[in-house]
Amino acid sequence: MPKFARPRSLADVETHYCPGCAHGIIHRILAEVIDEMGIEGDTIGVCPVGCSVLAYDYFNCDMIEASHGRSPAVATGVKRSLPDKFVFTYQGDGDLAAIGTAEIIHAAARGENFTTVFVNNTTYGMTGGQMAPTTLPGQVTQTTPYGRNTATEGFPLKICEIMAQIDGVALAERVAVIDPKSVFAAKKAIRKGFEFQKNKQGFSIIEVLSTCPTNWGLTPVKSVERLKNDMLPYYPPGVYKEGAVR
Amino acid sequence: MTSEILIAGFGGQGILFAGKLLSYVGLIDGKEVSWLPSYGPAMRGGTCNCSVCVSDKPIGSPLVLNPDALIVMNAPSCDKFIGSVKEGGKAFIDSSFVGKERGDPRIDRYYIPATELARDNGLKGMANIIMLGKMIKETGLASFDAVKRAAEKTVPAGKADLVEANMRAIEIGAAN
Amino acid sequence: MKGNEALAEAAVRAGCRHYFGYPITPQNEIAAYMSKRLPKIGGVFIQAESEISAINMVYGCAAAGTRCMTSSSSPGISLKTEGISYLAGADLPCVIVNVQRGGPGLGSIQPSQADYWQATRALGHGDLRIPVLAPSTVQEMADMTGKAFDLADEYRAPVMILADGLLGQMMEPVSFPDIGNADEPRAKAVPKKWAAVGHGNSRGKNIINSLYLQPEKLEEKITERFKRYEEIKNKHAGAVSENCDGADIVIAAYGATARIARSAAETAREKGIKAGTFRPLTLYPFPEKELREACKTAKKVLVAEMSMGQMVDDVKLALECKLPVEFFGRTGGFIPGPGEILNKITEVT
Repeated sequence: MPKFARPRSLADVETHYCPGCAHGIIHRILAEVIDEMGIEGDTIGVCPVGCSVLAYDYFNCDMIEASHGRSPAVATGVKRSLPDKFVFTYQGDGDLAAIGTAEIIHAAARGENFTTVFVNNTTYGMTGGQMAPTTLPGQVTQTTPYGRNTATEGFPLKICEIMAQIDGVALAERVAVIDPKSVFAAKKAIRKGFEFQKNKQGFSIIEVLSTCPTNWGLTPVKSVERLKNDMLPYYPPGVYKEGAVR
Repeated sequence: MTSEILIAGFGGQGILFAGKLLSYVGLIDGKEVSWLPSYGPAMRGGTCNCSVCVSDKPIGSPLVLNPDALIVMNAPSCDKFIGSVKEGGKAFIDSSFVGKERGDPRIDRYYIPATELARDNGLKGMANIIMLGKMIKETGLASFDAVKRAAEKTVPAGKADLVEANMRAIEIGAAN
Repeated sequence: MKGNEALAEAAVRAGCRHYFGYPITPQNEIAAYMSKRLPKIGGVFIQAESEISAINMVYGCAAAGTRCMTSSSSPGISLKTEGISYLAGADLPCVIVNVQRGGPGLGSIQPSQADYWQATRALGHGDLRIPVLAPSTVQEMADMTGKAFDLADEYRAPVMILADGLLGQMMEPVSFPDIGNADEPRAKAVPKKWAAVGHGNSRGKNIINSLYLQPEKLEEKITERFKRYEEIKNKHAGAVSENCDGADIVIAAYGATARIARSAAETAREKGIKAGTFRPLTLYPFPEKELREACKTAKKVLVAEMSMGQMVDDVKLALECKLPVEFFGRTGGFIPGPGEILNKITEVT
């Protein structure tokens, strides 16, 4: 038995993610949580439109591909008809915080018993690096070539802070994938979300600060530096809300 | 043979309920029936109306444009609909709200102070049923027995005393 | 019962326990009825934050293999079309109800049939068709709802019921003998082995998806789906023809307008005009064969609609321009009177 094996819930296929992309790490820790809880056969995942659009090929549980931004509504439909199964959505920042803002806010407000893994890399990766709702002030993207100007492009959305205001939320926690320590912490947070779900205690969202070397135009190592230096101050990791809502 | 009835008045006068009761009467008599309310902003505090068709054969349009019988319980509805009554048709007018006008040789008009009658007989809120009683009597549209059975059907369970009140209102209407 | 309520009760009896909707007139009685009825029988009612959310809740619920529905009215259906395209692309069975009102834009809240083109041609982007059933009475609002759920399950397709404000708001007697009851709803037509319900480690995983990056795969999928549409056409296209044998003129109308056209044709016959009526029960597939059969002796066809003329296109296509086709329509929320249609019949014969 090798010490570092592929989680059972993670499919043995090559992913389409760019070199250095952290989606692979986040997929892995999510799959590990599913494995450790022994719920692969009782889990339905909903994947978004964006970089993780093909995630249905990467997880070994039943998967549903939703239209852009609508995963929380789709997951609501699944969970309400299968209340004893585990349901998660896996969404990026454009999907969750732009086109799907209404869906995520209202799924949270209803206290839907599913878990959302929200990957924030401050850009639209799949379409070539446009401004995302989480793009930092001053950040250069394809559609903010002079840097995000808050006078005209407004401010980034701090999703965990918003979620913490919503009564239906059992867990709103921000984590980052920088080094082994933070990856373990991220996994712990996802596990916590699934535990809340298991006990039917409300909606859980784990925001994972991630990197996009390709669209940031940085090496993977430099990308992690940027995450640490630029993103962490704006998006401080931590637990924003924790506690059963029912 | 299709009888087309239009009932109109203010929201809150029981216009829609009177129409429903009438539909049930037709149903109990083994007829084809339809009921169509006006809906939308007009019903919020303004006038409202409903169309009822009672027929021996399947009903085509449930919307009554030219009624055989018209019940109106306020002046705006009277102004609006009185001209649409078919030649030889009947109009039943709550004279508590609508002053008497010149006769119209085309149609028969019946003036019933229904709202006053309801108040004087301790049947507040049942002017609509008094109007219905008069209409049923003059048109011979249904038997009083069918009306009673319809009232039993439409009055919520646990409010059985209302059946008796409804029947009294029907009788007062018929007698005036 | 109101048409909207009859439809809702029929859905319950057909085994629908999950309803997702958003308020809009003139279909609100459906949601109101479901919000009262479903929680009492272990069902789920959700008033979503938007029509878009509601249709995506349907997507999730249908993906989990559960009978479910949403309802709306014209402007709301426009919002749902994105989701409907995904439902079709992922082969998910569900029932979508459109209680039509006047358009375009916010239009009016009065009855209309101006969404015929949308329902039969444009319920979403991509190569897709949606079976569309068109009730004409409150009884049919109920009966067709039962049928819609069965069709959806059998062919793994979203199915639309195209009603209008008149049918939704009016009351008529209705009975539910063929649909089942709430305790013992009609059985699911087919087991849903494809559903995403968790594989329980006992089978391969199921994926519900509409994305196929290889053209070959997507073409194959769509071609297979169109074979199913063809089968629906052969087995389920339907219409009611009355007095068409020997008729000089056939009046074609669907839904609420068909009732009015029927009255008009009856009066026309009393006046000595040989008038028959043709009423499609399915708008997609359009009952082409049945129409040609109904028009065998006709010299002319008159199409009546509550629109500026939409179904008239399908009538012309089905008749292959072999007969002159006249049109009468009211729009903007007007319900045509039998007299108006009669005048048109007299005018064109």
